[in-house]
Amino acid sequence: MNARSKMILGRVAQAIPVIMGVVVISFLLTRALPGDPAAYFAGPAADEASIAEIREALGLDKPLFQQFFYYIADLARGDLGTSLTTGQAVMSDLAARLPASLELTLVALLLSCAIAIPLGVLAATRPGTWVDHLCRVLVTAGVSMPTFFTGIVLIYVFYYLAGIAPSPLGRLDFIYLSPPHVTGFYLIDAALAGDPETWLGALKQLILPATTLALFTLAPIARMTRAAMLSALSSDFIRTARAAGLGSRKVLYGYAFRNALLPVVTTLGMVFSFTLGANVLVEKVFAWPGIGSYAVEALVVSDYAAVQGFVLAMALLFVVLNLIIDIAYALIDPRIGLK
Amino acid sequence: MTDTSRRNFLKLSGCTVGAAMLPFLKTMPAHAQSNGRIVVVSGQTINSLDLHRTGTNRASYQVAVNCYDRLVSFGTKDAPGGGLSYDYSVIEPELAESWKISDDGLTMTFKIKPNATFWDGRKVTAADVKWSFDRAVSAGGFPTVQMKAGGLERPDQFKAVDEETFVITLDRPSKLTLPDLAVPVPFIINSEVALANATEDDPWAMEYLHTTPAGSGAFKVVRWDQGQQLVYERNDGWVGGPLPSFQQVIVREVPSPATRRALVERGDVQMSFNIPNKDASELEAMDGVDVYSTPIENCIHCLCPNFSFEPFQDANVRKALAYAIPYDAIFQTAAYGRGAPMWGGETAINDIAWPRKSPYMTDMAKAKEHMAASSFASGFEVPLSISLGLADWMEPTALLMQEAFAEIGIKTEIEKIPGANWRSAALVEKRLPLHLENFGGWLNTPDYYFFWAYKNGHLFNSSNYLNEEIEELVDNTLHIPMDDPAYAPNITRMFEIAFEDLPRIPLWQPALNVAMKGAAGYEFWFHRQLDVRPLTTATT
Repeated sequence: MNARSKMILGRVAQAIPVIMGVVVISFLLTRALPGDPAAYFAGPAADEASIAEIREALGLDKPLFQQFFYYIADLARGDLGTSLTTGQAVMSDLAARLPASLELTLVALLLSCAIAIPLGVLAATRPGTWVDHLCRVLVTAGVSMPTFFTGIVLIYVFYYLAGIAPSPLGRLDFIYLSPPHVTGFYLIDAALAGDPETWLGALKQLILPATTLALFTLAPIARMTRAAMLSALSSDFIRTARAAGLGSRKVLYGYAFRNALLPVVTTLGMVFSFTLGANVLVEKVFAWPGIGSYAVEALVVSDYAAVQGFVLAMALLFVVLNLIIDIAYALIDPRIGLK
Repeated sequence: MTDTSRRNFLKLSGCTVGAAMLPFLKTMPAHAQSNGRIVVVSGQTINSLDLHRTGTNRASYQVAVNCYDRLVSFGTKDAPGGGLSYDYSVIEPELAESWKISDDGLTMTFKIKPNATFWDGRKVTAADVKWSFDRAVSAGGFPTVQMKAGGLERPDQFKAVDEETFVITLDRPSKLTLPDLAVPVPFIINSEVALANATEDDPWAMEYLHTTPAGSGAFKVVRWDQGQQLVYERNDGWVGGPLPSFQQVIVREVPSPATRRALVERGDVQMSFNIPNKDASELEAMDGVDVYSTPIENCIHCLCPNFSFEPFQDANVRKALAYAIPYDAIFQTAAYGRGAPMWGGETAINDIAWPRKSPYMTDMAKAKEHMAASSFASGFEVPLSISLGLADWMEPTALLMQEAFAEIGIKTEIEKIPGANWRSAALVEKRLPLHLENFGGWLNTPDYYFFWAYKNGHLFNSSNYLNEEIEELVDNTLHIPMDDPAYAPNITRMFEIAFEDLPRIPLWQPALNVAMKGAAGYEFWFHRQLDVRPLTTATT
């Protein structure tokens, strides 16, 4: 077994207690939520008896430890329960919504990085010039405008006034059919199916929400790139490299940028995880069937199974994400071993 | 050094992300693009295609309306606020061809249309009706409660005499039974399809019908992506009424009201269902967009002083509240003037129209007079509770009330209760001293409203109000026919007591707003969900 597989196995093993903790805490926290799901779901005119019936059907009349036992038993079978808000199995809800959120977030982050990293590097190499000021203005504007506001403004300008953006109706306009499911990412699935029309349709729907999210995530990435570049450029090894007569391109990209990447990757990981859960408002504005609005709706009505499923899915996702980031560290900085 | 290379890294990250993906939606057969299509957007989410299932939300009732038939339906009339409305006073056939009620009112015999078929081509029989009714009274929860309102409680009340004859036996005659057969709950299911998919644990096929309707209605569901869209396709063999003009209806879920508004203004969708009052009043001024604001029948937004809170046991305090409320300001701010005012009516009650204006209006002098005459002249403090789930109208209303009540010495603090807790706190535990409430009854008679909202211990009597005379009046009136000589005097007396005792202070009758562009034929229904059957392309 090579070092990499060992490291990955070790990391996965480390994640097990974390996941177990998440299971217990999410179970207890959802039960601690105020509100009575049985009364809520019994409907507008239900009487005491029918509320009691529903409580029994949901297993909420049982003592807490027994409920927990059932939950663990179901979980072991891969059954996350049924969401009351959507009426679907939580597993199929997550399977439908997680790819939607991931696709949007990833596209937004790619867009954001494509702008923020060059901008940060330029701002660091030319501090005090117009590039630096532009960076500052963009970053301030990006964070200070709430995403739902940016979203509505973009819809207003590009859809309502200019008429160039497609109807903000979610992942695909109603004239298209969702591509045959492979990954759940419409762009990938449509490409695999060799359906350029649907691919283009899915891309068009992505542009506005992804731009909205990108504007919001621009700030931390650009700021971090700029700061990391500044500190890298002022460090001793850069002075040495310059003194040794290396070309400015080699110094900048070969040494400074590579060293500055570590904090940028860390930020990227944080921004990604934050965005995935926090793009509720963008999802609402663009009717995007994502995971954020799902979790919020479930939380509001104390939909236990859905909230637990969401927390668990996010925990698993973060374990994977951290693993990827750690491997990325090792690639960027050879001193960080994979021990 | 490790053997991790850039190429391996990419491969690795690719497969870890891939492992997180799980199966998504199945693709459904392609629907042909035709011009007989209408796209509707709505902010609500549909969570089941079966109304009888536990946890089915209100938005899902539209499936019961559009995909299933009932024995009978209501007629149509012109609605105040434009467009059409259902007509409570006219019962029309849907699946039943004719019906007979025995002289003692205890036996109802229905003849089922001989040419009625389910989507799979099988004839609709009385056995299907019996199975569906048995299911509704046995499912528990809301459907069972609603059936009970019409005196339909047990399977032994329903009998399939032959293929086309269905008989209901009642324990007592009631004017509510026939209308209760026209509400969305007693819809008729293809019992053979359902039974083929029932299991021992699930004798009523709840799991199957949850995702796969099996009915005889005007529309079939061809596609349901939960949280995104529902696609209806017309059933050309429908005999329940005139064939709908649209071949296909797409209901898309768009949570943001601003986005819905942009879509309907641009004309990319033909209808936005249940829009906020503010958008309704602004869209109305626009060319090409039709706005229908129908006051919701038998529904009133109220302020409820709770009798378990000592100061509100004093009639003068309750009257002081009723005179202090800035009704018009609230109506304009919270409802943008949409709906119907429920204040400033005449003192004498000469008719039995309901909802009706209360005899109270904003009159600070009178409010202060009543406060001074009460045993709480020096004022008191009380929380004013609102639901966050209904904050759009409750919040501005509560703020204006807070200001006005301070003037008469009642210091209020606005308590915002999360939507999930609201029901338990306000209706089940009935523990909120002063709160806003908005009950609306499906069956449109005042005694039905009083039954739910004024009788002690009943769900919507969140004021803990108890008046012996009301108890007796409601019991004596609920089931008697509207042309009974005792009916009108009883109702009048109920109104008098309600306005004197004020357990609920009426504010206004809310409206259901709908915007349309390029389509017509909208019909308001008491269930406040979209009936897509009468929609047509715009002719103007």
